[in-house]
Amino acid sequence: MADTSFDVLIIGSGPGGYVTAIRAAQLGFKTAIVERDYLGGICLNWGCIPTKALLRSAEVFHMMQHAKDYGLKADNVGYDAAAIVKRSRAVSKRLNDGVGFLMKKNKVQVVWGEASIDAPGKVTVKASKSEAPKGALPPGAYQAKHIIIATGARPRVLPGLEPDKKLVWTYFEAMVPPSIPKSLLVIGSGAIGIEFASFFRNFGADVTVVEVLPQILPIEDYEIQTFARKSFEKQGIKILTNAKVTKLDKKADSVTATIEADGKSQQLTVERVISAVGVTGNIENLGLEKLGVKIERGIIKVDEINKTSVPDIYAIGDVSGPPMLAHKAEHEGVVCIEAIKGLHPHPMNKLMIPGCTYCTPQIASVGLTEQAAKDKKLDIRVGRFPFVGNGKAIALGEDQGLVKVIFDKKTGQLLGAHMVGAEVTELIQGYVVAMNLETTEEELMHTVFPHPTLSEMMKEAVLDAYGRVLNM
Amino acid sequence: MPTNILMPALSPTMEKGNLAKWLKKEGDKVKSGDVIAEIETDKATMEYEAVDEGTLAKIVVPEGTQDVAVNAVIAVLAGEGEDVKAAASSAKPTSPKAAEAPKPAPKAETPKAAPPQSAAPTKTEAPTPRSDGNRIFSSPLARRLAKEAGLDLQRVSGSGPHGRVIARDIEQAKSGKGLRAPGAAPPTGPSIAASMSDQQVRALYEDGSYDFVPHDGMRRTIAQRLTASVQTIPHFYETVDCDIGRLMAAREEINAAAPKDKDGKPAYKLSVNDFVIKALALALQRVPDANVSWTEAGMLKHKHSDVSVAVALPGGLITPIIRNAESKSLSAISNEMRDLAARARAHKLKPNEYQGGTTSVSNLGMYGIKDFTAVINPPQSTILAVGTGEERAVVRNGQLTVATIMSVTLSCDHRAVDGALGAELVSAFKALIENPVMMVV
Repeated sequence: MADTSFDVLIIGSGPGGYVTAIRAAQLGFKTAIVERDYLGGICLNWGCIPTKALLRSAEVFHMMQHAKDYGLKADNVGYDAAAIVKRSRAVSKRLNDGVGFLMKKNKVQVVWGEASIDAPGKVTVKASKSEAPKGALPPGAYQAKHIIIATGARPRVLPGLEPDKKLVWTYFEAMVPPSIPKSLLVIGSGAIGIEFASFFRNFGADVTVVEVLPQILPIEDYEIQTFARKSFEKQGIKILTNAKVTKLDKKADSVTATIEADGKSQQLTVERVISAVGVTGNIENLGLEKLGVKIERGIIKVDEINKTSVPDIYAIGDVSGPPMLAHKAEHEGVVCIEAIKGLHPHPMNKLMIPGCTYCTPQIASVGLTEQAAKDKKLDIRVGRFPFVGNGKAIALGEDQGLVKVIFDKKTGQLLGAHMVGAEVTELIQGYVVAMNLETTEEELMHTVFPHPTLSEMMKEAVLDAYGRVLNM
Repeated sequence: MPTNILMPALSPTMEKGNLAKWLKKEGDKVKSGDVIAEIETDKATMEYEAVDEGTLAKIVVPEGTQDVAVNAVIAVLAGEGEDVKAAASSAKPTSPKAAEAPKPAPKAETPKAAPPQSAAPTKTEAPTPRSDGNRIFSSPLARRLAKEAGLDLQRVSGSGPHGRVIARDIEQAKSGKGLRAPGAAPPTGPSIAASMSDQQVRALYEDGSYDFVPHDGMRRTIAQRLTASVQTIPHFYETVDCDIGRLMAAREEINAAAPKDKDGKPAYKLSVNDFVIKALALALQRVPDANVSWTEAGMLKHKHSDVSVAVALPGGLITPIIRNAESKSLSAISNEMRDLAARARAHKLKPNEYQGGTTSVSNLGMYGIKDFTAVINPPQSTILAVGTGEERAVVRNGQLTVATIMSVTLSCDHRAVDGALGAELVSAFKALIENPVMMVV
């Protein structure tokens, strides 16, 4: 008879859940993790990771098409959609196996099935449709002193725009396209929508992006938004903002969308539609209503260490509110389990969570946008540095981009950083570390950045904020 | 030429004080002897009198400023016929007059020698070295915010990783949260018990279930000195019961015989405590080896018995001193004590009236406390904790009888006073207090 009693039981093995499980095990808790579909959750299997694999194919393809620019010859450049998807799936599988290995290594017990909480301390796991991996415990009754809900999110569905898996896709279908559609309508211009728009455009699809708000990438700084939009449009992506898809007429192998923009209605016929209108937390069928766990507008209410309104039940990641990002879930989970252990961790500062979008050009940001800082009535200094002033960017053939920083004028606190251009998703962390260490402009100016790197632009932007820019 | 008004040193050891209140405004005429400000030291508030005449041109240090270094410019006085405006504009924190006195701290970029400790009003931006040579870990932003707020980083408890002072700590410190006593080093090292952070303490109580009262200088001084006392002084205690029957009778007689003035007010009214002060003072003269202060280099053997007496105040306590108590009459001790206690309650004691002393008396008899132990008031080596005088059943020559008994407990610094020596002192005290006639000799 397998042991069914644990110190900590985590529901969901996405990046939030499995990282929390490892940390719990490190802290000496007897830990179990319940999963119904894929170890690693959406992130590893249907989100962050496989899309990066797809986008890498797109990037290499793009480079090959432009081989001549670098003095290289690459004739008859082409692609095999099935092989691109196959590679992406293989990447996911490798990481999915990796999570299984990590659970075993850390002696975290995997339980296979759908969990619901009967009472604090009591969880029932029912069989799920997918096959259990070797060594997982079967459905049944489980007990745990602390229960952590990390069930993640799924695509949001808008009435009239319901995905059908065939013509109207969510990220699930968009990730495994049988072929590259000739034309594509992407509804929503957040990270998911823009990344798919970028991917399919790269392989020649005629892509239109519709955004209900006045600007694409709604959470980014307006200068970055404007820069990115120009760049996308130059690549041939059509962008309609302040626009709404009101109707989808499905034919055998195409969809005619009715789009309302500026009070005018227009029709657009495309082969496929991707609905990327956001995600919504998986809070159903967990027994939360019955337990009295407080939920507000689809988000489980938690305190700063992710305690819910019911003792010994915690919620982390997408279900506990935005930003719905893997790295937010991971850190929340670590803070939560350390708090349970009594280590008094610092609650996460949500203003210091970076965000990355892996389109071409890449976008990365952290902290306040210029507008948000102004809305807070902060007195600010803004510095900018364009990629055209950076030697490494020019050498790479990537001279389009911008680094922008925002400082508090009085204290020199770095309030926000916003970047668009090649590799910025790998650069942003420099600013995130700086913000977390509470450096001011002075320390950033006194930091030696290696030459020649793209990172030099980060220092130049800081210098620019204080009227000391060198290479412009 | 305009005259700089400097932060006064109210006692020889004073390094800094708080500017509690300005009693003159900018533009006010000031005569020599006018009280212009109130300066708060660790235990008392003193009036600051003007020496020169003129017009108060500029107040440099606003009231309510804490930890103003001695000899820092706090205001500028324009002499007669001088332009007040010009004088005001000349106001800047300049070097104090004394040549060896601390200079204003250089700006961070000036590579001059570091200023002496407890320097001028401005603070250096670089991480402040702690007295034990360890650096205070703090974020650059926290340092900048602290500088702007005029906060000493040494006084801020850090809530960041490994106790690092971060921006949030400064924000909280501005409202008094997590502020340590000035000069108190952050608790480090194995000799000091791990204490909880302010945040940890607060986390135990629901918001709104308590009122937050920021500490004043006295509270901080008590906390700092007595923590240091218990942590550094090896205390031991010796208790003895004293029969004060004869003392009570003598006191009654003496008080009854006190001459009265024309309002019928007696010239003195002795309390039991006055006898205790006198008896302890005389006992120390009889056991002079116990009238000592420990220093690392050697023992200070005091010649006089300067008896500090704990006086409770709202929000704290202070220990005014009856100096040379061994040679003072009971009535003199009594009247002096009454005056000191009254002025202590009004926060009007001068530092030399409560700093020093060679022993202390803490009497909680009036609260009905039977016996207790007191914490030594360094650098003294002894303190006598006095309980209530009450009728108790005692056995004498095999017979049960009733006597008025007062229990006293002597706390001793074992570095300076050993057990037998302490016992000698206690015995000498007991002999005197039980036979008050001996005090007259």
